[in-house]
This record gives sequence, C-alpha cells and structure tokens, in this order.
Amino acid sequence: MAERTISWKPRAENVVFGTDVDRIDGVVKATGAAKYSTDVNPQGTLHARMLASPHAHARITRLNVEPARAVDGVHGVYVFPGREEGFELQYDGHLIAAVAADTPGQAMDGLAAIDVEYEVLDHLVNEFDLARGAEMGRLKPQRAAEEGNLQQGLDAADVVYTGVYGIHTITHMCLEPHGSHCEFGDNGHLTSHLSTQNVSGTPGQYSGPLGIDAANVTVNCDYIGGGFGSKFRIGEWGVACAALAKDTGRPVRLHLDRATELKTAGNRPSAFATVTIAATEDGKITAWDSHHWGTDGQTGGTINAVPYVFTPPNRRVQTTGIVTNCGEKQAWRAPNHPQACALTDTAIDDLAAELEMDPYDVFLQNLDLTWNPDIYAAQMEVAAGLLDWKALWKPRGQWGDGPVKHGLGMALHTWRGAAGGGNCNLRVNQDGTVEVFAGTQDLGTGTRTVMSMVVAEAFGIPMEQVTVNIGTSRYPQCGGSGGSTTVGGMSGPTQRAALAALWQIFDKVAERHNVDADSLSASGGKILSGSNEVCTWRDACSLLGRMGLETQGTGPADDGLTSQQVGGVQMVHAAVDTETGVTNIVKYVAVQDMGTIINPRGAESQILGSMIMCIAYALSEERIMDEATGRFINANLRDYKLPRIGDIGELVVELYQPDSEYNRGVVGLGEPPVISGGAAIANAVANAIGVRVPVLPLTPKRVLDALRAQA
Amino acid sequence: MSNRNGNGRGGPDFSRRDFLRGSGAAMAATAIATSAEEAQAQDDSRRVVAGPTQITLNVNGQDRNATVTGRTTLLDVLRYDLNLTGCKDLQDISVDGADTVLVDGKATYAGTVLALQAVGKEIRTAESLRTGDTVDAVVSGFVKHDAMQCGYCTPGFVVATRAFLDANPNATLEEIRDGLGGNICRCGTYDGITKCALELGGGA
Repeated sequence: MAERTISWKPRAENVVFGTDVDRIDGVVKATGAAKYSTDVNPQGTLHARMLASPHAHARITRLNVEPARAVDGVHGVYVFPGREEGFELQYDGHLIAAVAADTPGQAMDGLAAIDVEYEVLDHLVNEFDLARGAEMGRLKPQRAAEEGNLQQGLDAADVVYTGVYGIHTITHMCLEPHGSHCEFGDNGHLTSHLSTQNVSGTPGQYSGPLGIDAANVTVNCDYIGGGFGSKFRIGEWGVACAALAKDTGRPVRLHLDRATELKTAGNRPSAFATVTIAATEDGKITAWDSHHWGTDGQTGGTINAVPYVFTPPNRRVQTTGIVTNCGEKQAWRAPNHPQACALTDTAIDDLAAELEMDPYDVFLQNLDLTWNPDIYAAQMEVAAGLLDWKALWKPRGQWGDGPVKHGLGMALHTWRGAAGGGNCNLRVNQDGTVEVFAGTQDLGTGTRTVMSMVVAEAFGIPMEQVTVNIGTSRYPQCGGSGGSTTVGGMSGPTQRAALAALWQIFDKVAERHNVDADSLSASGGKILSGSNEVCTWRDACSLLGRMGLETQGTGPADDGLTSQQVGGVQMVHAAVDTETGVTNIVKYVAVQDMGTIINPRGAESQILGSMIMCIAYALSEERIMDEATGRFINANLRDYKLPRIGDIGELVVELYQPDSEYNRGVVGLGEPPVISGGAAIANAVANAIGVRVPVLPLTPKRVLDALRAQA
Repeated sequence: MSNRNGNGRGGPDFSRRDFLRGSGAAMAATAIATSAEEAQAQDDSRRVVAGPTQITLNVNGQDRNATVTGRTTLLDVLRYDLNLTGCKDLQDISVDGADTVLVDGKATYAGTVLALQAVGKEIRTAESLRTGDTVDAVVSGFVKHDAMQCGYCTPGFVVATRAFLDANPNATLEEIRDGLGGNICRCGTYDGITKCALELGGGA
C-alpha cells in the first residue's frame, strides 16, 4: 500500500474550500435562538450586581455589608478578597462586593444598603505627561537597547526628522459583558455558562479560589458576544458568581454592568513616543531612535515592539512605563501591534514628507528591512491599484483651497497566526452522518463553519451531513482563541481525524468491493476508484457496523496543513473638513495574505470587521480619564464613541491568494488586519491637512488643535 | 457619528416629549395601589402601580402573562420571564439597539419601555422572524452577506432593519446609513448589513 500522507487536496480538486459558504449558525444567531451566557435562564436564577470603587485611589475606612442581607429579595452577599478596612483601591471600578437577589432591582437595592466609606488618596491617570509621572514617583524605566551604531546611522543620513506620536487607551467593549451563570448540582458539580474564549482552559480556574476539584467543574459556552482577547480568565467576578451560587444554593447570573465592563474587564494600553528617524536623500532609512512610554495600569509596563516590521540597521529604543490608577490591561486583538504600527509607520510617513517623496516609494525603498520584502511589494502594488494611489496621490498641503481636504495614507503589518493546540473526536455513523466534538469556541470567526467545511471537503459529502459540537469543556481539550490560532488550530486536527477515518473506510470498501484501496477517493457523495463509482458514501458507511467509527485528531503538527506569519497592507483615502475637524473615510483598501483560505466569505468578514475597528480607534474611540477626579468618565456606549453604520465609507478587501499561499497551509487571520489601519488613516489625514495630528484617535478637536498649532 | 434624527430606537414617532408625558401622567395620578385586576385596565394610563402586578402582553401574536413591578422594563419581561433572549441587555443606558423589538410595528429599544407601558400593544421580537425552516428575508440577507460575527447585536439589528425596510422599501445607500444608525456592532459587520439592506431595497 502506498504511503498515506496528510495534506489538503490540491487546490483545483476542492469543491468546498475556497467557496463562499454561509455561516452554519447564521439563522440561529440572527433570530435570537443562539444562547449566550447572559441568556441562560433556569427557574430561580438570582441576579447579581457589584459595588465598585467610585475613586481612582482610596482606602476603605469602613465596610459593613450586613445591611444588604436584610434587603427584600437579597439572598447572598460576597466581599472580594482583601476588601476590608485598610484596603487600598487602585482605580475607578476596582471591585468591592457583590449582591445576589431575586431581581436586578433588588440587587441594586442591596448594593445601596452597603455601608462603605473611603479615604481618598492621591492619584495619577495622565498617561502622557512624563513630568507629572516623575513628580509622583510613578515612572518605571523598562528597557534601553541599541543595535548597530546609532551615531553612524545619523551621520550617514541626509535628512533627520523628529516627531511625537501616540495612541490612547481603548477598551474591548464586548457587547456581551464579561460574566457567567453558575449553578451547583446536588452532587456539588459546578456548571458555569461562561462568556469565554477559553472553554477548555477555564474549569481549572475555579478550583483554587472555590476549593473544589477541577474535575467537578464544567464550563459551557455555545456562543460568546465578543472577546477580542479579554475573555481568557474567569476574573474575580467569575469567582464571585460561583461563590454566590455555592452560598445561596441557587443559580446565579453575574455579568458586569457596562461601566464596570469598561473600567475593570481590560483595556488596550496606550503608547506614546518621541521618534527620530533618519534617511538618505533617496529615502533609505539609516537610523531610528525612539523613546516610548505609556501605561497598562498598576504594573507600569508598556509596549515593546517598536520599530514595527521595519528594522533599521542602526537603532536605539528606550521605554518607560507609568504606574497609573487605571484598570488592568488585557490582550486586545493583536496585542501591542496596532500601537507599535501607529508609532512607526506614522514616523516613516513624516520622513517621506520631509524628503518630499511619495510615502509609497519610501515604504517600497525600505522593504529590505522587513521579514518578507516580496510579499509586501506584491501587496502594495495590489492595494495601490485598488485605491488608484499613483493617480490620486498629491504631496501634503496640495489638495486645493476648499475647506474639505483629501489625503492618502498607507501602512503595513505582520502577525504570526500559527495554529494553536487542538484535539477533536470525529464520529462517522453507519448512516453516513458525521459528528465532530471539540472543546473549542467560536468568537465569531466561524469555527463551526470552518470545521464543517473541512469534513465535507475530506469526505465529499454535503455540509448538512456534518454536525460540529463545540463550546463545552466536556469535549476534547483545545486551546483558547487567542493569537489568531483557532482556524489553523481546529482545521488541522479535524482534517487529521477525517483522513484517519477516511482511510479506514477505504480499506473496508476495498475489501468488500475487491478494489485497490489506494485507488479510492471520496467526492460527490460517492466512493470512486479512479473515475468509476464503487459505492455511495452511505453504502460505504454501512460497512462500519452499528458502532460506526470514531477517530481522533490532534494538533498542531508539522505536516503542512498549517503555517505561520502573514503580511498585509492597508491604504486609505480620507476627507477632512478643516473647519469642523471631522474626518470621513472615502475609501479604505486592505490586502491580506493568510495561506490556505477555507471560507473566503468568513475571511472577508474578519478583515471588514478589523477595518471598522481600525476606523473606531483611529477616529473616535478612547478611554477618557478625568484628571481632577481620576475617573473613567466615558464608560458607557453613548460617550465611548464607536462608529455607526454611516461612519465607515467604502471598504475594499482583497484576499491575497496566489497558489504559493494556498500551498503553504492555513494561517490565522483574526488579528493582522486590525493592526495597520490606525497608522494608514492617520497618514491619510496628515497628507490631507498638511500637518501631523500626533495622537490617535484623531477626534475633531485634535485635528483642529493640530491645524491651529501649524497656523 | 451618524446623523440619526428621526430614526431613534423609539421609532420615527418616538420623542423625548412623549416619554416625559407618559411618565408625568403616571406621576400625577393619585391612586396609591391597585389590584392586579385594575392594573389590567389597559385604557387607564393614569395609574400608579405599587408592588408586583400581573399584566398580559401580546408578544409575537400570543397573549403572555407576567408579574412585574413599576420599574420592570419590557426588556426584563421579554428576556427573563418569557425567555425571548434575542433582545440583549448591554447593561447600559439604551443607545445601542441590541434590545430592539417592534412595538406596534415601530423599532423600539425594549430597555426604554416599562413593561406596564407595553400593555395593549403588539410586540414582536427577532424570534418571530423564523417559523420552522421559513425565515424573514432580512434574516436570509444577514446570513447571505455574513452581516454578523459574534452575533450578539445581530437580532436587534435584524429587527431594526426589518422595521426600517418596512418604512423605506426602496432605501438608498444614504438612507440606510442614516436610518440604521441606532444600533451598534463592535465586531464591525456594518458592511454586510448595508449590502443586505441595499439588496432588499432593490438598490443592489
């Protein structure tokens, strides 16, 4: 028998892969039948609400929760660990206590009855002002590193440009707040319907804090209403929910209210930098010198991925973290990359303006400083064609005399996207139906659809015959959905399990029909020998007996099904009203590679969504901390400005997929396209109005301030 | 952000003034407490309800009973009493549209309506847009254009789109961009929603 090798089919033989497939749970989601953690509603469920610090920095001087217990409808009160008299609350939103009651209103009544007093302490929430941070002793030097010889690089340059850049903190703003519905069974078994991007990795997190065996915990998450990196841990509130369920003997639902969600559940740290960048007169970068700083809350760390994608030969980087009275960071879609890109590709754009060159040419000129010049050059050419860059581009400040100025900007990015860990069981039933079981989750990327497509392609059967079961820790262990690891992480194991099953089925068919097993293939609901039909898929499965057949798939594996590292280029045509400061996106192009594309429609959705997130953090979205009170003053959906449907302009997605991409295997896509849009939009605005607006988001006020400073 | 005049989730005819007028009437009433039977007298808007009260709501074509208090919202009843969880509670002031339902055909934020105010009105939720294998064209359009990712805002957006297209059957791109501005999506599915609405409006 010839050696059986694990691989995807040759591209030309695909029937399902590479075709636009509807999300298999689309109707369920669109009609409200999909049940999220917030929607789990057994009889007798208590509603929990939480008391959080109203101060940026304060000492608890009095805390008596007993009055809450006396409130009508209240069944349980939980005090977070250590919150007693003397405890120092570190930020607005720092959790103190939780109350569980029959109705949400009664839980709020319970919170109001808690007797709590604070001694207010000094605070720092300014993320930008290093002098203030130094004055308060809040600076933490992180790193100083030099590669090559900075001075030589500067000496070799014809042009040296220094600018200040920055990007403010944003939050995840998951529409489904963090939280869970917890219930203890009679046997002491905890079932948590948890909003998580880490189904297999969360049961153990209950064990220590609650003093129960990890084996006695089941986590379920059929659907999750947004995670973006912030839902890997159960959180202190997750422990509180389970503890209240244990204490009261009742099911308890605890999800963060919107303000607490924004203040406490995580954020993407800010980053600011002073950058000196130098180049020869033809645009070749010779040196980079940057000092960058920012805050991730109380730990005082900051990002460390600058300069981004480009590695100039002579460079020095210093970083300083600021310890602030702000909530704790969490991974946010492509952690550190959007900030690093917004500090790097803006400086390159300003360098181009200083050189009086088209930034396209400066980026092109320096691609040898990247990990893959060929892919970026090819993608830049495609993007420029779609945006009509060469015909439209004008130097800064030359876009006419009217109040509305147009401009073009570009930036590029990279991401690893290697396959994560995954295991699955695959069952082929005697009637030809197939079931897959895996303890993974669907963040919205279409995990079920992708796994179903893999099985349908491998067996040559319709997707309707495949059922994908995910979303519970009772199924085989899988990695969390972070780092763009899930589509690679789950398509690989699913294909391995499917091929293992298919080969066993081929052996049975070969024996029954007296044909060579190596000659067999499965397509169109049939088993073929060469081009001759041997039997139907169903007939073949009937040979499996009543038990059917079950196989396992694992991953990641080094067998060519998956790969890693992608590039991507984004270009933006923006229009800025210089009288109002309002920026509109005219056209926005994203070109992205991702190896083998399973479902182009799903891939396109991920990129479109990323582009809209880029528009959000580039133009309107930011955490606003009030310096006087230290409070997060826009912690609601009205004042935390996300784009609406009318704010996005024309979006163009190009899936970069030559055969060389198909042949290298699946690479994760969720994160890369959310990286370079911020810098590209900022560069388009600078090109339009002739001056750099240094800090994102480019709100009308910041645009007008930059114009005034220039005048 | 988008200009949303005339398309707030109270529906085209909803106004702050109407809302205040409704609250004022309740506050002006002098009766202290009513029995459950009296609370069901749907023609009397001048009443004050204290304590748990049983009401009947017409939801998705069926009369459904629920026990509410004065502060119970329509959203609370739909989600927690009737288990119609397609409308979502984002735990915020209602500006997001995830709680959109139809009240007498108008797209309405269910979190801004007290359950008592909804008595006597015809309420429809996202769940009503599917009967067995038959789904509303807006639902199929959302699926076709993959106008969803995590899906949490989706039922509210679907309902808002249904109401918008009922009122604007030949909507232009500009009308769609303006008219669907009452709902927020974090995953960024606006492009697919726009294409869906354009196609159903005959514009694509």
